[in-house]
Amino acid sequence: MTIDTPSPVRPVDKVTEGEPLGASRSERLSAFAQQHGALVTLVLAVLAAWLSFDTFMTVDNTQNMAVSSAFLAVVALGMTFVIITGGIDLSVGSLFALGGVLAAWGSQYGTAVALLLPLAVCGLIGFVNGLLIARSRLAPFIVTLAAMLGARGILLAVTDEGSKTYLVDKDSFFATLGQGKVLGIGAPVWITVGLFVAGAVVLRRSRFGQYVYAVGGNEDAAALMGAPVARTKTAVYTLSGLCAGLAGALNAAWLVSGVTILGSGMELEAISAVVIGGTLLSGGFGFISGSLVGVLLLKVIQNVINQIGSLDSAYQQVVSGGFLAVVVIAQTWLGRRRRVL
Amino acid sequence: MPSTTGHDTRPVMGAAVLSVRGLSKTFPGVHALDGVDFTAHAGEVHALIGENGAGKSTLIKVLTGVYRPDPAATPGTGVITYDGSEVEFTTPLAAQHAGISTIYQEVNLVPLMSVARNLFLGREPRGRLGLIDFRRMHREAEQALRDLGVRVDVRRPLRELGVGAQQMVALARAVAVDARVVIMDEPTSSLEPREVATLFGVIRMLRARGVAVIYVSHRLDELYEVCDTVTVLRDGTSVHSGPIAELDRLRLVSLMLGREVGDVRDEGLTNFSGNHDTEAQPILEAQELTVHHQLRGVSLAIRPGEVVGLGGLLGSGRSETAKAIAGALPPDSGRVVVAGAAVRTGSTPAAIRAGVSLLPEDRKAEGIVPGLSVRENIALAALPGLSRFGLVDEARIDRVVDTFMKRLRIKASGPHQRVGELSGGNQQKVLLARWLAMNPKVLLLDEPTRGIDVGAKAEVQKLIDELADDGLGVLLISSDVEELIEGSDRVVVLKDGAVVEELTGDAVTEDRLLRAIAAAPATTADPRTRGGDDD
Repeated sequence: MTIDTPSPVRPVDKVTEGEPLGASRSERLSAFAQQHGALVTLVLAVLAAWLSFDTFMTVDNTQNMAVSSAFLAVVALGMTFVIITGGIDLSVGSLFALGGVLAAWGSQYGTAVALLLPLAVCGLIGFVNGLLIARSRLAPFIVTLAAMLGARGILLAVTDEGSKTYLVDKDSFFATLGQGKVLGIGAPVWITVGLFVAGAVVLRRSRFGQYVYAVGGNEDAAALMGAPVARTKTAVYTLSGLCAGLAGALNAAWLVSGVTILGSGMELEAISAVVIGGTLLSGGFGFISGSLVGVLLLKVIQNVINQIGSLDSAYQQVVSGGFLAVVVIAQTWLGRRRRVL
Repeated sequence: MPSTTGHDTRPVMGAAVLSVRGLSKTFPGVHALDGVDFTAHAGEVHALIGENGAGKSTLIKVLTGVYRPDPAATPGTGVITYDGSEVEFTTPLAAQHAGISTIYQEVNLVPLMSVARNLFLGREPRGRLGLIDFRRMHREAEQALRDLGVRVDVRRPLRELGVGAQQMVALARAVAVDARVVIMDEPTSSLEPREVATLFGVIRMLRARGVAVIYVSHRLDELYEVCDTVTVLRDGTSVHSGPIAELDRLRLVSLMLGREVGDVRDEGLTNFSGNHDTEAQPILEAQELTVHHQLRGVSLAIRPGEVVGLGGLLGSGRSETAKAIAGALPPDSGRVVVAGAAVRTGSTPAAIRAGVSLLPEDRKAEGIVPGLSVRENIALAALPGLSRFGLVDEARIDRVVDTFMKRLRIKASGPHQRVGELSGGNQQKVLLARWLAMNPKVLLLDEPTRGIDVGAKAEVQKLIDELADDGLGVLLISSDVEELIEGSDRVVVLKDGAVVEELTGDAVTEDRLLRAIAAAPATTADPRTRGGDDD
């Protein structure tokens, strides 16, 4: 846009410099820590684990970590969009399990059904979540909590109270989506990487992505600037449902069965990963790559605790919880320094 | 195509672009707009003015699709006519798409997003695959802002900019779209003089392009400098519309305040009695209070037993002065002295300890707790003084509450009735009681009788009188000129955040007050700082 009329605007001799308020040295440092702190920590954690345990950097172990990270990462991808709009989605753990069972059941009718059925069902639940949150202005926490309980209920219903387990034919194409390898790296990892690239492009470079940031940054201003607030919110919850369903389907392909007990607590893991990755829980600020780093960091910590062996795996959660607390405190502190919060 | 409102015959102006006729908007219990007529023409800058509660903000929100007007009582009224046809904007987006751009008083942008992203949100230049072309966006954003005299790194988050620069980004956003109507709601309240000059340049450019500019401001100087026509709103109706050049300042102020100049009145219409003793030493002195953009060097003194009125238009810095004295607004410089001792500024506890109590303007948001009882509301602020070892002394509270309910004649079923159930006047009295329970030396009353019925108003006015008789120093802020004149022993007149005149004795008349408010700016006036009461 230009203002190119023979303009009566007087040529401005002095200009307003927009700099002085921000960008002091300590603020820049804080900004760096907020954006890349998780990555630095991840590198340090990997190096430490590598030096400490011979079994850490083996092909088996790293592949295992990569594949098991992939499913959480896909869930965290959708969650990142939700959290940037200032919302939260507690239903993803249940949708993950539901997606897995639906995929395993559907796999008997072919790969297309195995993939599309969980996407349709979980996407629809996410869409309803979004409608309730955006149009009826209900709290995301409550709406998605209800969806979390409801989806568990559907899960129990389709599996006869969890007594029925659907298996995936090991030789089907669907199973290779979970079990197959390309260049020695598991198929779920490739799919996840692809999704993250696409997600990052959408968030950074599409108009929808701008709306996501605007809604989370200042909802009223976004509305006054003409951003479609309700549509954007509906879209992010739908996206989150789709991601959770797809992650569940891939996981079922990997396990070659639909396991009903999976996914409990996964929503909190996903939220942790997103927050550790530098996305603000209050919305308006965050990035996709950080969530991936957050997932990897959580998985490396889990893996290290497993390596120690003598430590009860229950301590995994203590460590993850403690770590999350540290990150949130650091983030708040850094945010205040930068006067973002 | 509706006929234009008629009193405007200047040939330069184009056709009516946006108009309303007999527009009303009711909120539960409030007639915010009651039959407003308003017409904006192409190529004119139309000032929209009025005091607090006159309905400017509501009108703007109706015009921009934030609120929906009430259904019309008679056909042909209560509708918005835009570009010759009736329209109904259901969302701000719809109004924007139709070509109505708005710059709000508070910067309404997203602080965490970059300057360029804010500028282009929703209309980013897109390249292949529908992806945003950032290089082009940054280049164009930089150019657009440079045209407005702002040079910034458009990739940086908006929040790193000063408020003035942020306002310029909002301006750039508004003029970038091909708007036919640009509405500016107090756009200069946070601008530096240089930026104001740029803004006026942009406004003139818009006018030359045939855009209708609707300009809301309380700064008379600005109105006369940049506007062609003016519509005055008062109490939800339009009381005047016409070329601004035909209206002198005094007349404009009279219209806004609803008072006629030279309109001689008998005393005694309000419930204030005569004058109080004004010879004693000041109990409170404010010295050179300065707050960037809001107050510049406001000094005033209040003696015990005296009611000092604070006059001026909305945005002149009345509420800010009271807040600065009460510690609710930290001043950049200046001192507050109570009973000879300096009080730490910017701290309400310090002010309260010194004996200064503020009855805030917005009693719903800043005062009463509607869910609590009369007793609890009264005791709230005094609790620390009414407890021993952290335990509340119930018997003492009962005594205090009883005393004040009687003395202030609070009408409630008893001390345990919820304050939310009381009438506005009685809520106000409960608030008064709360502060009186603290044994203040000085009471600052910001619009103490707004929104309460006539009977209760008289009661409150009488109370103020009694309190002054009891030796309290009172600072009275009121938009009701009559109340201010009759209630005050002296009136300090503020304009653009500075004291312009002090009326004492026989000079405390409506006439003198209106003239002081309407006076052209002194040559020494520094336009950099000005007030910003909320509307």
